[in-house]
Amino acid sequence: MSASAIVMMLVAMLVIWGGLGLAVVSLIRHGAVEERAEHRRDL
Amino acid sequence: MSGSVERTAGQTAEQKRRGAFSSRRVFILAAIGSAVGLGNIWRFPYVAYENGGGAFVVPYLVALLTAGIPFLLLDYAIGHRHRGSAPLSFARLRRGIEGLGWWQVGICAVIAVYYAAVIAWAVRYTFFSLDEAWGEDPEGFFFGEFLQAGDVEITTDVVAGVLVPLLVVWLAVLAIMALGVQRGIGATSVVFIPVLVLAFAALVVQALFLDGAGEGLDALFTPDWSALSSASVWAAAFGQIFFSLSIGFGIMITYASYVGRREDMIGSGLVVGFSNSGFELLAGIGVFAALGFMAQTGGVPVDEVASDGIGLAFIAFPTIISEAPAGALIGVLFFGSLVIAGITSLVSVLEVVISAVRDKLDTGRLTATLVVTVPVAVISLVLFSTTSGIYVLDVVDHFVNQYGILVVALVSMLVVAWVLRSLTDLSGHLNVHGRPRIGAGWRVLVSLVAPVGLALVLGFALKDDLEAAYEGYPDWLLLVFGWGLVVVLPVVGFLVARLPWRAGTHLDGPPPGSDPAAPLHAPAGGPADAGSEGGTR
Repeated sequence: MSASAIVMMLVAMLVIWGGLGLAVVSLIRHGAVEERAEHRRDL
Repeated sequence: MSGSVERTAGQTAEQKRRGAFSSRRVFILAAIGSAVGLGNIWRFPYVAYENGGGAFVVPYLVALLTAGIPFLLLDYAIGHRHRGSAPLSFARLRRGIEGLGWWQVGICAVIAVYYAAVIAWAVRYTFFSLDEAWGEDPEGFFFGEFLQAGDVEITTDVVAGVLVPLLVVWLAVLAIMALGVQRGIGATSVVFIPVLVLAFAALVVQALFLDGAGEGLDALFTPDWSALSSASVWAAAFGQIFFSLSIGFGIMITYASYVGRREDMIGSGLVVGFSNSGFELLAGIGVFAALGFMAQTGGVPVDEVASDGIGLAFIAFPTIISEAPAGALIGVLFFGSLVIAGITSLVSVLEVVISAVRDKLDTGRLTATLVVTVPVAVISLVLFSTTSGIYVLDVVDHFVNQYGILVVALVSMLVVAWVLRSLTDLSGHLNVHGRPRIGAGWRVLVSLVAPVGLALVLGFALKDDLEAAYEGYPDWLLLVFGWGLVVVLPVVGFLVARLPWRAGTHLDGPPPGSDPAAPLHAPAGGPADAGSEGGTR
């Protein structure tokens, strides 16, 4: 594989799979915050 | 109490009547199952290769972030806020646009008819892989011995080798749909999506160890930066994102209506959008690694073996399977992945129709499933288990995608954004529990950037089809199953919209009990527990 092809493959992996990882982490963390807030409101 | 209680024991009367996903995780897996379909595996790799290779990453990501995910969130907002199938959600937005929803329902019914046929072929090829039944000539086997395709004409000559697997596919789908939203669609996705990812990951690993895999990846990822100045490349990127995400034709509206009212739909949308693209990237790597092996074995450059769609799956891959070490394993993983990806997409397409029928007529789940699935299955069996099946399939697929989905998506987006001016209300709805918040930027993307992107895709498709008959098919075939079909669908949609709703259907705005900011546990009969009986027609 040429260097430019390797770089573009890594960029695509980083952005798309990295974006997926960030989206999952963000969803989980925000979900946890919402659950705690909901818990406080119900007490 | 935690939010999870609402998702289980505390379901509202409306959720119990319509069905609902038991959790956000199930919804996300179902949405991914819908988005990840045959196109991710057999369309994306070739589109990327043909449109700049590695440089295609740029317009692809721009299209994902400026049109794909914003449009996905628009669908989510419409369905989640209005708690209904596509026709009911549009009717609740404004009664006069209910026909848009039925137009989408019609498109889904048509797609289901032919999509099942491709899954049936993949089922058959999963078994063919074990003994390489295609022998030395995969192309001749596919069109000749397997499909028995003759001249371009409509025949009633049944091909038993297609009829039987097609019947099996429809029986399996009938069972899934009859089980309902959670026990059918949800459970299928929870099991099948992880299996699909694992199976395809195993295929990619296997492909990467083949001789010539590097040449294949080199062909896919070497950037041609000059492609970025081509409008057709940008149109290809917007088209790929649009067709791949299952947006604009009712699926995501329907699925979102089954999600608890306090869920984070923005975060869920980001996960679904990136998961879909993540799988496409995985497919690109696996497919081009295998094509690199095929090119090296044949002593030809990769561009001579690169293909997409039916040619890639049923001609190129059998060739690879015949020549590769552990080819049978590659075959089972590849065609098995096609079957799983296809089934989870097919059930989502059918759910749009079933959900609409249930909302309109207030029928039970089983009745609606039978009323919808049996006729669709019969048409599918009649049209696609004959020797003329592949021609009809090719024409219907092309026209329904280019001028059915694309046009209804563009029209509905423009109506919601510019005629009803509902984007502020919809973004406000998503922001109650969604993060990151969306605002003016999202509204600009949905009202301007995404429509321009879709119009670009539509313009290029129209130009091609007006310049030359699609694939050289005869005019009568293109008129009946192509142009005729795409004209009939909106007409039928707006006619069906004139039929009355079941007694007691709330049609003016979001139904009672759908406010995401309302208290979780209102007194019995209060807003959070209300069904759809208030504010009736």
